[in-house]
Amino acid sequence: MANYSTNEFRPGLKVMLDGDPCSILENELVKPGKGQAFNRVKLRNLKTARVLEKTFKSGESVEAADVMDADMQYLYNDGDFWCFMEPDTFEQHQATENAVGDALQWLSELDICVVTLYNGAPLSVTPPNHVELEIVETDPGLRGDTAQGGNKPAKLSTGAVVKVPLFLDEGEVIRVDTRTGEYQGRVSSK
Amino acid sequence: MTDWQPGISLDRLRQRSQILAELRGFFQRRNLLEVDVPVMATTSVTDRNIESIATLPGASGGLEASGGLGAFSESEVSVIKSYLQTSPEYFMKRLLAAGSGDIFCLGKAFRSGEAGVRHNPEFTLLEWYRCGWDEHQLMAELGELIETLLPAVAIYKYSYAELFAKYFNIDPHEAELSSLQKLAVEAGSSAWSDDSRANCLDLLFSLVIEPQLSDGLVLVYDYPVCQAALASCHSDAQGRRVSRRFEAFLNRVELANGYFELTDGQEQASRFAEDQQARKIAGKPPMEIDQNLLAALESGLPECSGVALGVDRLLMQIEGATSLDQVMPFSWDRC
Repeated sequence: MANYSTNEFRPGLKVMLDGDPCSILENELVKPGKGQAFNRVKLRNLKTARVLEKTFKSGESVEAADVMDADMQYLYNDGDFWCFMEPDTFEQHQATENAVGDALQWLSELDICVVTLYNGAPLSVTPPNHVELEIVETDPGLRGDTAQGGNKPAKLSTGAVVKVPLFLDEGEVIRVDTRTGEYQGRVSSK
Repeated sequence: MTDWQPGISLDRLRQRSQILAELRGFFQRRNLLEVDVPVMATTSVTDRNIESIATLPGASGGLEASGGLGAFSESEVSVIKSYLQTSPEYFMKRLLAAGSGDIFCLGKAFRSGEAGVRHNPEFTLLEWYRCGWDEHQLMAELGELIETLLPAVAIYKYSYAELFAKYFNIDPHEAELSSLQKLAVEAGSSAWSDDSRANCLDLLFSLVIEPQLSDGLVLVYDYPVCQAALASCHSDAQGRRVSRRFEAFLNRVELANGYFELTDGQEQASRFAEDQQARKIAGKPPMEIDQNLLAALESGLPECSGVALGVDRLLMQIEGATSLDQVMPFSWDRC
């Protein structure tokens, strides 16, 4: 496997750290005027999703992680595994609950997700940035209240709970940003 | 579409111009002479941790094609390898040795491989020298300069040893190297387990102390001898050998570096030779010693103190900006 030197560090780069694959989130050069340069790096451990900080000497190199991202279609959950398929090759991959993680609450069958493979096996799943889901449970809508004021919790068909404006009702389909869990707008009424 | 726009807003561009004028005014009112020394020269610094940007010796081809060789013969131009200067220090010291008296320079400096939110390979540096002053007098003047731009600024002054005692309960001048390495491994990583005294101290200062400094201007003096650079050395109140170097931090950002200048040419020559050796061991490009500077020191540099201040970083703090790109017309990403 290749090595990366600190001057190649950039957000998104996948490296091995203490035996685990990590993704670089931030890379800051620290260079005292007269002193030796080093890099303060924030990384996400792709196995545990934990964020850690590490200091590298400038010029130090680290092993690249055999990690790649692939667009895959979510097919079904068989109780133990979540099954994803590569659209081009129809090759299927079984992801554990641990790998699916928080993506679980957003996934509808046939959604295209980014599946991160580590040594060929699913390590994590990133849902589409925006999903459209039906409200299955919420307090009755307040007619006429379309402008402003308050919100209420609404449970969506995939199980996620998001805050929505008061005027929405069960059965309506809304658009949600999966990165923030925020309501983006109403798509249609049933 | 290319992002041709400047990184700085037009409001900040006007503010930048205003502050450059105020900096000049401050020194002109105090009768320092402004000098605009070369930014390109045939040698540069031997510092083990500062890399100079070299010009391409073969670059005269373009000149020839455009008929622009002027007074130089082709061979003269094509063999010149030169370096963009990392600070105006050596030229300014040659002026001081020639009898210039108090001088300041507000110009560009260049350092290779330094780019980030607080670094840009080309930056604006303010450097000034006071003849007959010690470093504490110069620190006081630096404080006055910052106060004219930031009237409410709080100013603190600590020795390097005081800060290490406070944050690590260790004496940075006399502690065993192994104790410093142990602390550096804890703060940084195992990569520091066999590193030099200077590198361990730098890591501990930058990574642990600097982020905990107060808001305002913090002046730190009496640096370790291993980080003396071009400062002279003396014994501090506790009888420890320390260098008469100081640094200034504004809101936890390194802003300025100053010395009670080393005037001993032989001592300077041996420090340069040590730098060259260290560069060789580290596999860094070799750099010739600037013999003109050594000759000037031999001829006699007046007793003086000097300091260099990063103007772009100062603007960042005055403007409350979060990156140099927001206070420079065009940072390196846009060049």
